[in-house]
This record gives sequence, C-alpha cells and structure tokens, in this order.
Amino acid sequence: MSTVTTPDTRSPEARPALPDGSAWSRWANAHRKWLFAAPAMAFVAVLIVFPVAWTGYLSLTDAEGSVRAESEFIGFQNYLDVLADTDRFWPAVWRTVAFTGVVLLFEIVLGMAIALLLWRPFRGERWVRVAILLPLVATPVAVGMMWRLIFDPNIGMANQVLSWVGIGPQPWLSGQHSALPTTMFIDVWQWTPMVVLILLAGLTSLSDEPQEAALIDGASTWQRFRHVTLPLLMPTVVVAILLRGIDALKTFDILYATKGRGGGSFHEVETLNVYAYGLSFDYNDYGVSSTVLIIFFLIIIGVMWALTYRKKGLQR
Amino acid sequence: MRPSRSFRIFRTVALAVVVIGLLAPLLWMITASLKTNVDIYDTGKAFAFSPTLDNYANVLQRANYVQFIGNSLWVAFAATVLSLILGVPAAYSMSRFNMRRSALVVLMARVIPGVSLLVPWYYVFSNLRMVGGFTVLILSHMFVSLPLIVYIMMGYFDGLPTELEEAALVDGLTHIGAFRRITMPLSVPGIATAGILSFIFSWNNFMFALVLSGADTKTLPVAIFDFVGYASIDWGGLMAAATVVTLPIMVIALFVQKYVVSGLTAGATKG
Repeated sequence: MSTVTTPDTRSPEARPALPDGSAWSRWANAHRKWLFAAPAMAFVAVLIVFPVAWTGYLSLTDAEGSVRAESEFIGFQNYLDVLADTDRFWPAVWRTVAFTGVVLLFEIVLGMAIALLLWRPFRGERWVRVAILLPLVATPVAVGMMWRLIFDPNIGMANQVLSWVGIGPQPWLSGQHSALPTTMFIDVWQWTPMVVLILLAGLTSLSDEPQEAALIDGASTWQRFRHVTLPLLMPTVVVAILLRGIDALKTFDILYATKGRGGGSFHEVETLNVYAYGLSFDYNDYGVSSTVLIIFFLIIIGVMWALTYRKKGLQR
Repeated sequence: MRPSRSFRIFRTVALAVVVIGLLAPLLWMITASLKTNVDIYDTGKAFAFSPTLDNYANVLQRANYVQFIGNSLWVAFAATVLSLILGVPAAYSMSRFNMRRSALVVLMARVIPGVSLLVPWYYVFSNLRMVGGFTVLILSHMFVSLPLIVYIMMGYFDGLPTELEEAALVDGLTHIGAFRRITMPLSVPGIATAGILSFIFSWNNFMFALVLSGADTKTLPVAIFDFVGYASIDWGGLMAAATVVTLPIMVIALFVQKYVVSGLTAGATKG
C-alpha cells in the first residue's frame, strides 16, 4: 500500500487485470451497491414496513381478543370512536403533548447552560463528564424503580430532604396531580445529559474567530451568547430538539415502571404510547389500539416535518 | 480567552450542584441495595447502617437473576452482531452511492413507535408459536440496533476519505476487496462505537421483551419490573436488582466513554 497518494489517471484498459476474474466476483462487484444494501433493506421491509402496513389494516377492523379470532372490516368506525373519546384518548394526547413540551423545554435550557459551563477546559472536567454519562446509560426501568424509592411518600429521601427545609411531605408519584410532573422530572434527570453532550459537540466544533471579533467589538457575555454563539449553534440545537423530541413523545419505560398498567389507577401518566400499549396487551383490543397508533404515528411525523422544515428555514 | 475569577467560582459551584444531582440518586440506589428492609423503613438510619449483601444473594439465587443476566447478554450480543453484519455494508453503500432515500427508510425505524410493530409481530409470531423464544426477541431488538448502526456508520463512512480505496483499486484489488481489506480495518473505531451503543440500547430495552419474552427468555429489565408484586415492595431486593442491571453497563460505559459519547452525538454537528 505504498502508492496511497497516487490518483488513478490511467484509463480503465490500462489497469491491471482483476486478481479474481471469476464470474461471481465480477457480478458481485458490479452489483455491490445493492448487494451491500439489500439484506438490511429486506430486514426493514419485512419486519418494519410490513408491520406498519398491517397496523394500518388492523385499524380498519374490529380485531380483539385472541390473535386467532376472526375480525371484520369496519371502515373508519374505529377512527370516529377514538376521535370522539374524551375519556381516555384526548387526555392521553394532552399528556403526551404536555410531557414532551415540558421535558424538552427543561432539557434544552438546562442542557445549554451546562454545556456552556463545560465549553472551556478546566481542572476536574473529567469527573463532570463521568457524572453526565452515567444517567444516560442507566437502564430506564431501573431508573424508574430508583426514583420510586426516592419519591416514596413515607420512606423516600425526597420528602426527608424537604423536611430539613421545613416543607411538608408531598405525594409525588402517588398523587393524582403530582404524578405526571414527577415523571417529567425523572425524564429531565435522565436525558438532560444527552442534550449536554450534543450541544457540547456543537460548541466544540465552532471556530473561535467570531467570538474574538465580538469581544474586540466590546460585546458583553450575554450579547456574545445571544448574537454570536446561539445563531451559530442553532443547527445543533435543532438536532437536539429533534432527537429528544421523538424519544420524549415515545416515552414508555419510566412511565410503566413507576405507575404500571394504564398509567396508574386514574391514568395519571397515560400518554398515547402507554395507552396504545395497554389497549394491545392488557385489553387485547387490537383494532382500536392500531387506530391510536396510526394517529400517534401521524402526530410524530407531523412534528418531525415541522421541525425539519424549520431547520431548513434556519439554514437559509 | 481566560474566564474571569468570578465566572470560575460560579462554574465550580454550579457544576458541583449538577454532579451531585446526577450522582446522588444512583448512589442512593446502591446504598439502599446494601440495607435490610428494616433499615430502609427506618428513615433515621439513612446513612448509619451496617451494610449487608443479603439482597444480592436473594436476587441472584432465589430470584433466578443469574439466568436473566445470561439472557440479557445473549440477546444484546446477538442483536448487535447481526445488526453489524447487515448494517455496516448497507451504511457503506448508502454513504458511497448517496442512497439518501433508502437511508431514510431505515432511519424511519427510529421514529416509529415500538408498539406499532409489536402488535403485528405478536399476531404473526404467536401463530408461528415463536413468542417466548430467543429468535423473535433478538429480531425485535434488531429493530432498535440496525437503524442506530446504519445511522452511526453512514456518518463515519461519509467522513472517511475515498482516496485509499481508489489507491487499492489501482493496486489491483476489486471493489469488494478494497472494502474488506482497506475500508473495514479503517472503520474499526466507527464499528466499535456503533456496536457499543447498540449493545447498551439492547441491554436497556424493556418494551419488546415485556411482550415477546417467556419465563425462560426473560431479560433483566423485565425481571426487575416483575419484582414489583401486588403485595408490599421488597425495596432492598428491588434496589439490588436495579443495581445488578445498571452497574455493569455504567462501568462498561466508563471504560469506553469516548466511543459512547461519539456514538450518542453522531450526526449532531453536521447541521
């Protein structure tokens, strides 16, 4: 491999003959584009595209009970029923939107603040990075169980810490109105580090010159952040919002681990994902659950489309 | 640009709060796993207690966790290796031939809610009597691993110069030969990143195994969830179980910190 830097300027005929000139090898090399991509594409087609299409079909049937039971085609009846359901469906939509909006806001703002603090090298940086990595890789179900103990109204550390500063005990996860905010807190604890890492990668890739120019022009710290750093970092911020937003919409593990089936006895934390899961596997109501999933899927696509559209607008 | 003294003091204090906030709950989980339930219920003994390994002995022996650890390792390992075999060449093709639309189809898997796959899968695989077996569990975990690996490796191949491959072609290698002998060895850091991330995500996965695993193929996250019975919770045992699943993955992540971070932030700065 000593001729690494020589670009190939010879005509194809002048190249040395291929060492293995068998018919198979020639065919494989000519078709390598699809030979390489086809297995993964086939996997995706069979195990992902086909199931999604089937979910679409099931949403038009009254499938329920056993998976071997006969089902009938009922058109868009499930959609009419679900969209008229103000008892479980719309509250679940609202909770999904509220959960995603609140955790995104906190994770982006806190993540930005922490990333800015970590931007310039300092002593002890290694330890902060270790602390940031650990919640990220921890198993979400275990994280849910851990916070269940900490937020236990009777024996949990959270209420004990509050009592030191003179605040009375809170119900946390067991309160009808405090359960959802508490799960938001858990999500923020686990996933803010993800935003920190993404934004830090963005900050590190920025060049120093605009900063220095602004400094020479006498810009204050806030002005430099607002008018220099933030606009340059914006594409990365959008990526962070996109990645975290998709995952936040689909949050399941910590909700199911902390509140169990149906998002608790009053469905306090029942988001669309938890609702669809419960319909499918706790009630075996496959037709309705497929309908909820298709609507959920359209919501996710819509949010993604809106965000990527905005991203393109920002890059212009 | 050296930051001012007051900023450095503020930064130290603020970051100390962040570090404590992130680590204290994890330390509390480990502490509780070393306590008897009597000590856990006695809030006066938050820090003053005599540590015991009884909870771990219980979890590992009586509750069959040794088998669940083996299941989790096997499923995460198999899903990662199979996804690498399928995903690395696919990512290479998609990067070199600029197959952005095909790439988008694979990446859509990151967007689709997992439940919408589980319902049809449950239909098909329970009729094939495969629910509860390792095959369907590993396939389901590949649903997470494969798009992740394609995503990370596409970014890696995009950044890998093509000159070396071209030089290998001049020296008489075929295209596939150049991929195998030049590109693959150069991609080891990228493959390590993708593999480690895939392993972590598979190890932590809960929902697929909740539906598709059986009594013999249960993975650790499901086993932990099952720990919460209908009666009062055995907190010491639960925290030991939670520690058994999180501690190994956290220790591994610390050793390969560089790879984990580059995998998690892959594609973030391309804009």
